[in-house]
Amino acid sequence: MLAAESLVLPGRLHGVSLRLRPGEVTAICGPNGAGKSTLLACLAGLTLPQSGAALLDGALLAAMPPEARARAIGYLPQVAEVAWDVSVQTLAGLGRLPWRTGATEDAAAVDAALTALDLLPLAYRPVTQLSGGERARALLARVLAGTPRWLLADEPLASLDLAHQLALLAHLRACAAAGMGVVLVLHDLALAMNHADRVVVLDHGNLVADGPPDLALSEPVLAQVWGVNARWLGEPGQRALAV
Amino acid sequence: MTRPIPLLLAALALALPLSLLAGRVWIDPTAPLGSEAALILAELRLPRAVLAVLLGAGLGAAGAAMQGYLRNPLADPGLFGIAPSAALGAVLSFWTGWASAGWALPAFALAGAAGAMLLLTLIAGRNGGVVLFTLAGMMIASLAGALMSLAISLSPTPFAMSEIVTWLMGALTDRSWREVWIAAPLTLAGIAVLRAAGRGLDALTLGEAAARSLGLDPRRLQLLLVLGVGLTVGGGVAVAGIIGFVGLMVPHFVRPFTDGRPSRLIVPSALAGALLVLVADCLCRVLPLAGGELRLGIALSLLGAPFFLHLLLRLRRELV
Repeated sequence: MLAAESLVLPGRLHGVSLRLRPGEVTAICGPNGAGKSTLLACLAGLTLPQSGAALLDGALLAAMPPEARARAIGYLPQVAEVAWDVSVQTLAGLGRLPWRTGATEDAAAVDAALTALDLLPLAYRPVTQLSGGERARALLARVLAGTPRWLLADEPLASLDLAHQLALLAHLRACAAAGMGVVLVLHDLALAMNHADRVVVLDHGNLVADGPPDLALSEPVLAQVWGVNARWLGEPGQRALAV
Repeated sequence: MTRPIPLLLAALALALPLSLLAGRVWIDPTAPLGSEAALILAELRLPRAVLAVLLGAGLGAAGAAMQGYLRNPLADPGLFGIAPSAALGAVLSFWTGWASAGWALPAFALAGAAGAMLLLTLIAGRNGGVVLFTLAGMMIASLAGALMSLAISLSPTPFAMSEIVTWLMGALTDRSWREVWIAAPLTLAGIAVLRAAGRGLDALTLGEAAARSLGLDPRRLQLLLVLGVGLTVGGGVAVAGIIGFVGLMVPHFVRPFTDGRPSRLIVPSALAGALLVLVADCLCRVLPLAGGELRLGIALSLLGAPFFLHLLLRLRRELV
């Protein structure tokens, strides 16, 4: 259980409480500046709230040794930076840094991550020679190689075309099915509606809705938070937004 | 992937004895060793060669670590302001006339380096950000540079001024075992500290936020870097003056032979830096030049500036 208790960061979060369950895909939605990335960084233990706390299985995240926290929570930042021209395999290997295990165990975890994301054929390719979609998968493989119990990703789909978005979502869904807790900051409301188990809506640093996508992203919420008069069309799981 | 470390070690093992033979007096390895030649070897050439190896190793390792830390292939150990501060210390020892007392110059230089390290650590504070830290280093560098110019312009005698200017140009002429004993422990300790920073530098490949999510303590990394660069660069300046461009160039030669991770670059860069400075110093000694010998610092800058330009042009091509 990953939980936030009355997180306060002046100007960014005003008392956000939240309990996340493993095995679920949770989407954090909200307009620009709503505090989505800040909430995610707090849940990852990277940003300290002024008051309130983030808890992992009841333990204060801020009090955990950084490497223990890193083994439990994988974090994929919004900026997909890779400073040096390493191979896909080496990149995924960076996810093993908090583990300090032997080379065999590290190689096995990297192999498993590359296999799960269909990256084995690209294992020796330099990251500069990857397409956008391959690069996003390689960065996700870096997180999965660390075998975290939680995966927190800040807009992992932002720079991808539709086909790659759906492919990456399928991979994330598979992670959740394997028992991982998956938390995504998503801008695309239709993707959140159709692919998340649960949606958390933030506005101006306040939690305004939290629940199944149908309820949390209902038309009144869209009007109140985003200020748009929009309607959901289609069947559950295949919804489209008409503005 | 080739393994650079054994290759570089072999090259060093070959270059070191060869470098001892070259100089104004050439020593014929096949002839029996005269007493004069033995003296040149033991008291002049050997300490100078060892010093070149130490200096190059320190600068190479510091350059590799700095580029890893700043995630920028154009970074150079000089950016932290430690080299100019050490040089300022040395200049003050000339200025006050203490330099004539053997130990004063390196002691002053090391004090300068330590001062810069202390300032950097204080500025680093509880924040662990790379940008603020680097800007602080650059401010320290320009302040030290300005104070150095002030000291030179106010130098008590023209003789002191020429002494300062000559020393600043960096060289390994007429060094003895004493300088080796100063530089060796500092450089080796510095390289060991930089190696310990390797894991953190690897994590930084993914950016600061991802690195912290991997368990990196940015403050600790900063301290390791200040200490490692301070020991290697400070020790180097204390015995040889300012030698530029080695830390910038060497990691680029080595990087293609590694898997790209900064941690894998530090030791090979140390070895390649040692090789570069050893060969460059040897060439300085051999090159016939009216009015003495080409200074090592000048030679490496002559080599380094065009290299830097080449690097910039290549980076620009890659960005387009």
